[in-house]
Amino acid sequence: MKREQPLLFELGAPGRRGCSLPPLDVPAKPINELLPPQMQRQDPLALPELSEGELVRHYTALSTRNHGVDSGFYPLGSCTMKYNPKVNEEVARLPGFALLHPCQPPESVQGAMELLYRAGLYLQEITGMDQVTFQPAAGAHGELTGMMLIRAYHRSRNDQRKVVLAPDSSHGTNPASAAMAGYEIKEVPSDERGLVDLEALRQLLNDEVAALMLTNPNTLGLFEEDILEIAAAVHDVGGLLYYDGANLNAIMGHARPGDMGFDVVHLNLHKTFATPHGGGGPGSGPVGVKEHLAPFLPVPLVEKGEKGYFWKDDLPHTIGKVHGFHGNFGVIVKAYTYMVMMGAAGLRRAAADAVLNANYLMERLKNSYALPYDRRCKHEFVISAREQKKRGVSAGDIAKALLDYGFHPPTVCFPLIVEEALMIEPTETESRETLDRFAEALEEIARLAAEDPASVLAAPHTTPVSRLDEVSAARRPRVCWTGNRKSD
Amino acid sequence: MNGGRHFLPLTDGERREMLAHIGAASEDDLFAELPPAIRLEEGLDLPPPLSEMEALAHLEALAAKNRHLREYPCFIGGGVYDHFIPSVVSHITGRSEFYTAYTPYQAEISQGVLQSIYEYQTLICRLTGMEAANASLYDGASALAEAAVAACAATRRRKVLVSRSVNPHYRRVLQSYLDVRDLQLQELPLREGATDYAAAEKLLDRDTAALLLQQPNFFGLLEEMEPAAALAHRHGALLVLSTDPISLAVCRTPAEYGADIVTGEGQVLGNPPSFGGPLLGFFAARQKLIRRIPGRIAGETEDSEGRRGFVLTLQTREQHIRRERAISNICSNQALNALAAAVYLAAMGPAGLREVAELCLQKAAYARKKITALRGFAQVFPGVHFKEFAVRLPGSGGNLNEHLLKHKLIGGLDLEPLYPELGPAMLFCVTETKSREQIDALVGALEGWS
Repeated sequence: MKREQPLLFELGAPGRRGCSLPPLDVPAKPINELLPPQMQRQDPLALPELSEGELVRHYTALSTRNHGVDSGFYPLGSCTMKYNPKVNEEVARLPGFALLHPCQPPESVQGAMELLYRAGLYLQEITGMDQVTFQPAAGAHGELTGMMLIRAYHRSRNDQRKVVLAPDSSHGTNPASAAMAGYEIKEVPSDERGLVDLEALRQLLNDEVAALMLTNPNTLGLFEEDILEIAAAVHDVGGLLYYDGANLNAIMGHARPGDMGFDVVHLNLHKTFATPHGGGGPGSGPVGVKEHLAPFLPVPLVEKGEKGYFWKDDLPHTIGKVHGFHGNFGVIVKAYTYMVMMGAAGLRRAAADAVLNANYLMERLKNSYALPYDRRCKHEFVISAREQKKRGVSAGDIAKALLDYGFHPPTVCFPLIVEEALMIEPTETESRETLDRFAEALEEIARLAAEDPASVLAAPHTTPVSRLDEVSAARRPRVCWTGNRKSD
Repeated sequence: MNGGRHFLPLTDGERREMLAHIGAASEDDLFAELPPAIRLEEGLDLPPPLSEMEALAHLEALAAKNRHLREYPCFIGGGVYDHFIPSVVSHITGRSEFYTAYTPYQAEISQGVLQSIYEYQTLICRLTGMEAANASLYDGASALAEAAVAACAATRRRKVLVSRSVNPHYRRVLQSYLDVRDLQLQELPLREGATDYAAAEKLLDRDTAALLLQQPNFFGLLEEMEPAAALAHRHGALLVLSTDPISLAVCRTPAEYGADIVTGEGQVLGNPPSFGGPLLGFFAARQKLIRRIPGRIAGETEDSEGRRGFVLTLQTREQHIRRERAISNICSNQALNALAAAVYLAAMGPAGLREVAELCLQKAAYARKKITALRGFAQVFPGVHFKEFAVRLPGSGGNLNEHLLKHKLIGGLDLEPLYPELGPAMLFCVTETKSREQIDALVGALEGWS
């Protein structure tokens, strides 16, 4: 079972190749005439040399060493690993979408511009915002864009606010994005309910605060039920409210950030809107704003005129650009396909099933694990391995043990405010049987942690490699293969 | 009617049982804590849902409204390029163990993605001559912006110089990234379409963190890079390049020029233009800067039984560990596009990639010669070109594009809005995908316009 897969560079033989190209069909010139010798590459280019078949075998072998949503359950909290419909992949590969240049004359890409326009209308309706930009390529990119918009808004009013607030339960990207936009970060504590401590928030609010970044439901999977009071308090001091859309899947079709008082939102199309995450990306992080922030949006924006769709470039107050072109269009095509198939009732149903699945699983697990916040959750919930930890079994160990049952583990050790956290998000696309089998696996691991902790600590047993040494990987980083094994 | 039922396994009976199991009287109970004022009692106002068949027809109809690059040969480059993609690439990126995975947080069941990233990083290092690379950034523009930010952090300086021969879209992204941090951006003027080093010498000072150049530059010119590194280093600044990885099969590497950080657009390596995204920002650097590299990095290690394995490493740079003290906020990247790039490079091999680069050089030279021989069309800049070249036009670029569309041809990129000082001018791009027949058709259509 356990074996190494050779590197690309250890396969093949000099002289093999994996592609064919057409011969030159224009009169050939000596290469030295086109490219003077002093501009030519000196260092020989050491790329792999494999036949096409060998290449396919290599990557097929690698793929069998990887777990995706198609392989099995993937309850990674705050990542919304729902099923990725196959039709989306077909659509994105249509030559009429995949083979377009971003700088083609608008009259030759009216269908693509219409798709962006329509997708924008869907997202405006779903979020309750007034306008959308698709340039951000991922959630964190959306956050950075949002922070740029907020800064531009305040500056346009001659207001040099310096502080952004984020709860102690927030995603790491929130403070990182705000810092990248030049803001000082202050942390808002959570109260015993696991929600924003409203009193503490009020004490942090003043005319230095540019914005509060909030995920709702939060990373504990709990809905911030004081949201209207929070919004009023932030707006009262002239601050803006930023919505991290990572957890929108919980409430889509049931409530909208725009109605809660949020001024800026980003969405993660690769979470809520069922586009695949690609082993790390590409995602897409469109940003929606209320009218008062629209003048600052990145350019160009797609608009509909009498003669069709056109690029609107003349926004005098724009923050400029955050992407070289129009964002991750191919991902937007997939999300749009998903939205037109789901419709309003389908999206609402998806959110309700996601919440039902999470509550069902939480109910099943609370007998074997500590549940720090025992209240109705939304799309995800957090259990704690603090009891198991007393026997030496951490949340991370439980995650490794789950690998032997064929499941991807939950998010571990996050949010930071829960000791030994396991953050579980089943999503709506999982059947009850899967939830039951997952619960049984976690129950069995809890039993083992009590009776035979050593067996949990030794996991995983069935994966292509056993536990990996992350500490020495970071101490002496080897990030580029130089042909030598460590043991050599 | 509910759309998307085929994605939702729960039956009504199961829903009832599960609600009972959790002690909820009804589905409304699941949302009981939402303040009544924000509850969407009526639901969303969206078009009726489509079945898969109807959705396909709708999307095919939208796609059919576009003129794609196989119907209309395209001579636009400017950052996104039409290169040949071997079939093997999409078959591998289409394996769902890769494309339906999240970021490889659990290394033991993510060895496929992690090893493929490690191989990709190695390939990028071999192309550029650098010693370390990351798993990818959003695109060439944001990669250059991240490099500028990294250079400021590494040198503790606050000013960045960028040549006007760097892609104007990239410069706008750079501007927005630097503005919010109150970092200063100064543009270097051009001489004959290339960076004016005499001007750079005057602007470089003790607060300059980096000199940002593009090779081949936005006009397709290979700039004289020899003075750049010495100039930057003499003032304690870093040399940062944005480059076209295809060109590196034949052109001197950034390492050979003395660059410290190398970024660029990796779309050309096996990724379709896709209307400008998803693209692939790559980022490579000298070993001494490894802890300044933003984003995911895969590293080699061993498992508890001594087998080689791979993990995400140097994570203390990153947002999920360091929060506001992280060196960048990036989380999701363009991993699948990086996988495509690795497969592409392995399929091409050293000989294939060299052929692609030489076909670009030859065909672009052929087209340049033919076009600039036409009456009213003239070369804008002399010098060595890779796959793009600027041409002065006898009339406006916008009108020319309309004319070319009538001939079932797309572009040139209109340069006048980007560089008004050039007057009516167009940037043409010719890659290996353009046959002589197509180039001749372009020349014929241009001749008919002048």
